[in-house]
Amino acid sequence: MTFFSGLESLVFLMIGLAMVLAFVRLVRGPSLPDRVVALDLFSVASASFITIYAISTNQRVFIDVAIVLALITFLGSVAFAQYVERRARDE
Amino acid sequence: MSDILRSIFMVIGAAFLLLAALGIVRMPDLFSRMQAATKASTMGIGCVMLAAAFHFGDIAVVARALAVIGFFFLTAPVTAHLIARSSYFVGVPLWEHSVVDELRGRYNPLTHDLEGNPQREPTRDL
Repeated sequence: MTFFSGLESLVFLMIGLAMVLAFVRLVRGPSLPDRVVALDLFSVASASFITIYAISTNQRVFIDVAIVLALITFLGSVAFAQYVERRARDE
Repeated sequence: MSDILRSIFMVIGAAFLLLAALGIVRMPDLFSRMQAATKASTMGIGCVMLAAAFHFGDIAVVARALAVIGFFFLTAPVTAHLIARSSYFVGVPLWEHSVVDELRGRYNPLTHDLEGNPQREPTRDL
């Protein structure tokens, strides 16, 4: 039992580190598309984090939260891609 | 058995996500960052969702996990294509050691017209 909880905290640590690294690119990213890609990865890591949290607390409701976050991520990235192109065309 | 499978898939998924984040920090230009982040994060959330499916073992959760996996396998390439396309139009620079850019000089970013390859000879019947 302790082995699995230790494994879960290791997985939490790995995904948290992934979120921190994506956030580093979100802050540093030289161009706007870099930041869009970093935000996309950040949301995917958040959805995975929520899913692991659902596993570790044994609450299956949180998987729905991960699904909604994944859907919103897709829409947000598509909207950002359109915005990047339109902003360059307007200038 | 399902505990072992769950643990394996959890660790594999988290490792893929960590690799995606490492790639997005370490890679030299936007397009190589995108190919690291998109593919590895798709694999990562797929493995994490499989871990949830194995953990709960319930038809509702399994169906949701499979739906999320299918959704990501469909939408992640679309997202990556859209972002790469618009950032190529905007003029995001490639890495200075990139060897080939097949669209350079043949693409009009305003009208989105693509010229054919002038060097290539027409295909002949062999």
